[in-house]
Amino acid sequence: MCGIAGLIHRGKSSNVGNELQAMLQALKHRGPDSTGYALYADNDGQNFIMRFKVGENVGEGSSSINEDESVYDKRKDLVDQMLKSLGAKVLKEEKLTPYSYRYEMQYDEDLMDFSKKIESIESVEILSIGKSLELIKDLGDAQEVLDRYDLGKVRGTHAIGHARMATESGVDIKSAHPFWGYPFSDVSVVHNGQLTNYWNNRRMLENKGMRFMSECDSELIAVYLAEKMRNGATLEEGMKDSLSGLDGVFTYFVATKDSLGMAKDTMAAKPLVLYESDDLVAMGSEEIAIRSILPHEIDTYDPFDGEVKVWQI
Amino acid sequence: MANIKTNENKTKAQSMGLHSEVLTGKTQQKFFNPDEAENFYYWGTYDVDFNKRIDLDVNDLDCKEANKKIDELMSQGYGTIVIKNPQGKHSLGVGVLNKLNLIFEGSLGYFGVGSIDGPTVRINGRVGWSCAENMMAGKVVIEKNAGSCFGAAVRGGDLICKGSVGARTGIDQKGGTIIVGGDAGAFTGFMMQRGRIIILGNVGINLGDSMYDGTIYVGGKIGSFGSDAIESPMTKSDVDWIKRKLKVAEIGEDFDISKMTKVVAGKKLWNYDALEPTEKKGAI
Repeated sequence: MCGIAGLIHRGKSSNVGNELQAMLQALKHRGPDSTGYALYADNDGQNFIMRFKVGENVGEGSSSINEDESVYDKRKDLVDQMLKSLGAKVLKEEKLTPYSYRYEMQYDEDLMDFSKKIESIESVEILSIGKSLELIKDLGDAQEVLDRYDLGKVRGTHAIGHARMATESGVDIKSAHPFWGYPFSDVSVVHNGQLTNYWNNRRMLENKGMRFMSECDSELIAVYLAEKMRNGATLEEGMKDSLSGLDGVFTYFVATKDSLGMAKDTMAAKPLVLYESDDLVAMGSEEIAIRSILPHEIDTYDPFDGEVKVWQI
Repeated sequence: MANIKTNENKTKAQSMGLHSEVLTGKTQQKFFNPDEAENFYYWGTYDVDFNKRIDLDVNDLDCKEANKKIDELMSQGYGTIVIKNPQGKHSLGVGVLNKLNLIFEGSLGYFGVGSIDGPTVRINGRVGWSCAENMMAGKVVIEKNAGSCFGAAVRGGDLICKGSVGARTGIDQKGGTIIVGGDAGAFTGFMMQRGRIIILGNVGINLGDSMYDGTIYVGGKIGSFGSDAIESPMTKSDVDWIKRKLKVAEIGEDFDISKMTKVVAGKKLWNYDALEPTEKKGAI
């Protein structure tokens, strides 16, 4: 049982950081282990934002191995060297926690090759690359993660988030959601459910050159959609295809630079409540998530089995 | 125990016009005495006055506090309780075992009004998953949509949703009537054992999958039939009964009932033996 939430403002920006926090906080009882945000912020759109981690949060409840913090600095130096050798120009760098960084950079070449080289450094994982995507995930509830990464001030058009109860893999950042749609910039996925053909699909996709960072079954959705899009499918086509390609029970959200989509499995086994209006679409595992940002009386509904919907900003 | 199939005398429930079919196997009817039911008394229930009305704002209460407050008001004799600002909270209004007018001005979350026996509930918003689960008697009317598992395991009473419902409506239903004004999702009537479901709109795939007994009436298109669910011809008594029910539910006024599809169990998967669990224990 996990909690997922998403919202998209159409035609305007809003304080999506705070809004998503309120939604995820309302879903805390569905997932107390970790919280993740994929915020599509009002950046200038000129440069890439890369968020990466060089180690794990080994706070209370974490299944990660404790490391000396000095290794984080060494790994960060290796990342800097690699960026230099790849020809990426770092314009701004921020150290958010001892183990996670946000870089603003210019880079024009292939992102897949770029990511492979950066992640060849021990324990380094790129959480996201995008021109508007800000992907943050860490242990703790929505409020704690918001405070730790100062997300309250983030304004943007749309966002998806996840409150995780670990079932298929450990309590750590690498298994937390959202997952970046590697190697596509600005693609992120959150998922509630279990996938039963994970290993078959993973083997097949790895043979095609796709990368998996965790053993969390939900990561498969991000990689699955990325592979479909790499072969020329649109996001919606990839999502429709996933209804038969992925086995198990799921409700997932996927977001790109200018759109937000949802898909529900053919058994309708996982919950989703949807609110749609001309200027806002909000959705979550439970109605209380939507109520936390829209306290007045609204009309909501449950999408049916096998439904796929995509909204543009 | 007498076999109902061979019992030629009409049971009290049949003579009251509740149903006319001859039931096979051991049923609730064998153990149910309407006289007894009228005088049935649960410990911890209250005599309330419907004319005594009060508003209760639950905006700042959690579900436990809100339910405790409802109980407190019933103990003071309030028979009409209006809940303001439910805000999609879970498990509101559960376990009410006496007559009561309960009105929700807003939407409920999961398990709204579950395990009730007797109250008349009106919800002016929508409800989340498993609304009125395990309801024994009473009437619940929802003005908007409902989530999945609507009316799971209900044993009696009328459960009415004027909007659309999610998947697995009436799963494990054991009695009573579920009426849906809009569409219903996949697996409607999954494993239902008795009772009736009326859907005026379309239904999704696997309608009536693995149903033991009971009847489903569908007004719109059917995605697909589930395992062991079959179509049965509509009779005049079906039409009359649906007409009566829809009138009470205040929906589908101009609906053409005769064109509805009636779905029943093929009973190929029937694996009930004739004994109720309690009897089985005695037999062993």
